Amino acid sequence: MLNNTSNLSPSKQLAMNYFRVAIVLFGAQLLFGLIIGLQFLYPSFLYNFLDFSVGRMVHINALVVWMLYAMIGSVYLMLPDETGIEHPVAIGLGKLAFWVLTAAVTVVVLVYLFIQVGPGKESTIWLINEGREYLEAPRWADIGIVVVVLIFYANVFFTYMKGKKTGIMTVMVADLMALAGLYLAGMFFTDNISMDQYWWWWVIHLWVEATWEVFVGALAAYGLIRVINAKREIVEMWLWIEVLMLFGSGILGLGHHYFWIGTPEYWWEIGALFSSLEPVPLVAMFVHVLYDWGKEQGQHQAEGKGSSIKNGPTMAWISINAFGNFLGAGIWGFFHTLPQVNIYTHGSQFTAAHGHLAFFGAYATILIGMMYLGIQDAYGLKRLKATFKSKMAIFLITFGVLGMTVALTIAGYEQVLVERAELGAGWQAFFTAQNLPWYVQAQVWREIMGVVTFVGFVYLVWDLLTIGKVQAKAEQA
Amino acid sequence: MAGKKASVWTSISFWRRSAAWVTGFATILLIWLTFDTMAQIRMGTDKELQEGVKRRIPAPTVINYKIDYKYDEKRGLEAPVIGPEKQPLFGKELSPKEAAALLHLGKLTSQAKNCMDCHTLLGNGAYYAPDLTKAWLDPMWEKTMPAMTGKKTKEEAMVEFLMHPDKYPTHARMMPNLGITEQEAKGLVAFLKHMSSIDTNGYPRGFSKTIKEFQTGGTYAK
Repeated sequence: MLNNTSNLSPSKQLAMNYFRVAIVLFGAQLLFGLIIGLQFLYPSFLYNFLDFSVGRMVHINALVVWMLYAMIGSVYLMLPDETGIEHPVAIGLGKLAFWVLTAAVTVVVLVYLFIQVGPGKESTIWLINEGREYLEAPRWADIGIVVVVLIFYANVFFTYMKGKKTGIMTVMVADLMALAGLYLAGMFFTDNISMDQYWWWWVIHLWVEATWEVFVGALAAYGLIRVINAKREIVEMWLWIEVLMLFGSGILGLGHHYFWIGTPEYWWEIGALFSSLEPVPLVAMFVHVLYDWGKEQGQHQAEGKGSSIKNGPTMAWISINAFGNFLGAGIWGFFHTLPQVNIYTHGSQFTAAHGHLAFFGAYATILIGMMYLGIQDAYGLKRLKATFKSKMAIFLITFGVLGMTVALTIAGYEQVLVERAELGAGWQAFFTAQNLPWYVQAQVWREIMGVVTFVGFVYLVWDLLTIGKVQAKAEQA
Repeated sequence: MAGKKASVWTSISFWRRSAAWVTGFATILLIWLTFDTMAQIRMGTDKELQEGVKRRIPAPTVINYKIDYKYDEKRGLEAPVIGPEKQPLFGKELSPKEAAALLHLGKLTSQAKNCMDCHTLLGNGAYYAPDLTKAWLDPMWEKTMPAMTGKKTKEEAMVEFLMHPDKYPTHARMMPNLGITEQEAKGLVAFLKHMSSIDTNGYPRGFSKTIKEFQTGGTYAK
C-alpha cells in the first residue's frame, strides 16, 4: 500500500495518500480509546495529565477525520472508473489541498494534546478547541476544512461534468454537496444551549444518519460492480431506492435528537416515526449485497468459472458492512429511538454501545474495503485474494467491536435501570450505577475487547502493507 | 431493463424521480418545522419572565429567580417551575445586561474547558461524569458540598469546587483541575442555573425523586 503507486492514475495516487493518513488516524482512534477505556477502570491513570476529556476528544475526532479521509480517498479512487477521466480537472490543487489538510490536522491534534483547554474567551474557540462533541476543531481549522473540501468538491464536480455521468456518480456528486454544505451549520457560537444543540445535530445527524449512509450506498454500488461484476442497471436502480428510503427516513429522523433539548414536544412523534423507519433501507442494502453476490456466483458456477470475487478482502468487508450497518445503526439504534425508552437511555452507555457498532458497521468496514480495492489497482492485480492476515484482521476487529458493543450494552442496562429508573439521574445516582459490580465487570470486558480490536488493527496494517507485493509476485509467476 | 419497460418497478427513472421527490419533500418539511422550532426555542425576554409568560428557554435573568423541577400533572412529566419567588445568584439581583454577560461567559467557558467530553449537557456529550442538565438542582449541592468546601451557599460551593475540583474528591473518579478562574466559575454557575430552567420535556425523568428523598431523608420517607 505504501510503496507502489507509480502505475496508478493521478486521481488514484491521491486516493492512496488519503488512505495512508486515514489508517494512521484509525490507529490513533483505537489507541486513545484504549486509554480512556482504562480510565473507567483506573480513574487515576493519567489524571490531571491526559484527562478523559482530552483523550475522548482525540478518540472521536480521529474517528471522524479518518473516515473523512478515507471517504475522500474512496471518491478519488472511483472517480476515474466512473467518469472515464484519469486526470481530475485540478489535480495539482487537489494534491496541495491534501497536504494543507494533513498539516492542519496535525496542528489541531498537537494543540488538543499539549494545550488541551483555554480560558473562557472567544480566542479559545478560534484557536484551541470549540468544546462541542465531534466538532471540537477550532474555528480556524473549520474554515480551513471548508476551503479544502471546496477544492476537493470542485475537482469531483467538474470532472463529473466533463466525463461520463453514471447513476452512482450522480448520487455521489449530489450527496457530497449536501454533506459539505451541512458542515456550515456547526460553525457559529450561541449562548443558547438549545439553539446550539439544534444546529449541532444538523451536522452530526444529517451526516451519519443521512448523507454518509447514502455515500456508503454509492460506495457499495461501485464496489459490487468492481468486485463481483454486478450489473450496473440493477445496482444503480437499488441505489436510487436506497436514496429514497435513506433520505425519506433519515432527514426527518433527525427529530429523535430533539426529544429533550428544549425543543417542542411534536418532535416526539416525528422523531419516533421517521427514525423507526431508518433500519428499513439498511435491511434493503443487506439483502441487495447478498442477492447480487449469490446471483453473480451462481452464473459464474453455471459457466464453470469458480469464484466470482475479484477482491476477497473487499468483498468480505462489504458484506460485513451490509450486516454491520443493519445491526449497529439499525437494530442498536432502534433499541432506544422511541421517546418512551429514550427518556431513560438518553446519554447513557447505551448510546456508547450503539455508537461503537454503528460507526464500525456502517462506515469503518466499507472504507477498509475501499483501501483493499486501491491496493488491487496499485499493483494491477487481476485478483486479490484474502490472506491469513486479512482474515485475522477481519475476525479480530469484528469480534472485538461486537464484544465491546455487547459489554457496553450490558453496562447501559445497569446504568439505565439503576441510575435512571431507580435513582433519578443525579450526581450520586450516576456514581452508584458506575460502581455497581456488574457495570464495572462490563467495563472490564469492554477494555479486553478493545485490545482484541487493536490486535486486529495491527494485522490489518500488516496486511495492507504486504498483501499487494506478495500477490503481484504470485500473479507474475 | 433497457428498451421495453417490463414494469414501473424496474424502471430506474421511476426510482430516481421518486428519490428526488421524497428527499425534496422531507427537506421542505424539515425546514418548515425548523422555522417553528426556532420561534419556540429563542431565548425569552426579561419582561416575559416578570409577567410569568412561560418560555421553553427563559431569559438570562432567570438566574434571579428560584427554580424548581416538578411533576406536571397535565403534561405527565416533570417541568421547570420558575419563581415567582426571587433567589438571586450570589445574593445579588442582576440586570438583564449583567445576567446576559455572565451567561455568555459561562457558556463560552463550558466550551473552552470542554465540559461535554466528560459530562452530558441536555443528555448529549460523554458518559464519564454526571449529566449537567439539572445539576443546579442536584441534592448534593444542598448540604454535602457546601459542608465539604466550607461555604455557606450552594453557588459559593459550586465556584469553589469548579476552581479546585482536585481538592474535593467525592468518588475515585474525580474532575480534573482545568484552571477555571473565579469569574469563569461564576459564569459556569449562571450557565448551569439557566440550563436547569430549560423545559426539556421531562428529561431527566424522576430527577425530582432524588430531591424529594433528600428532603425527606430517605427512600419514600414521609
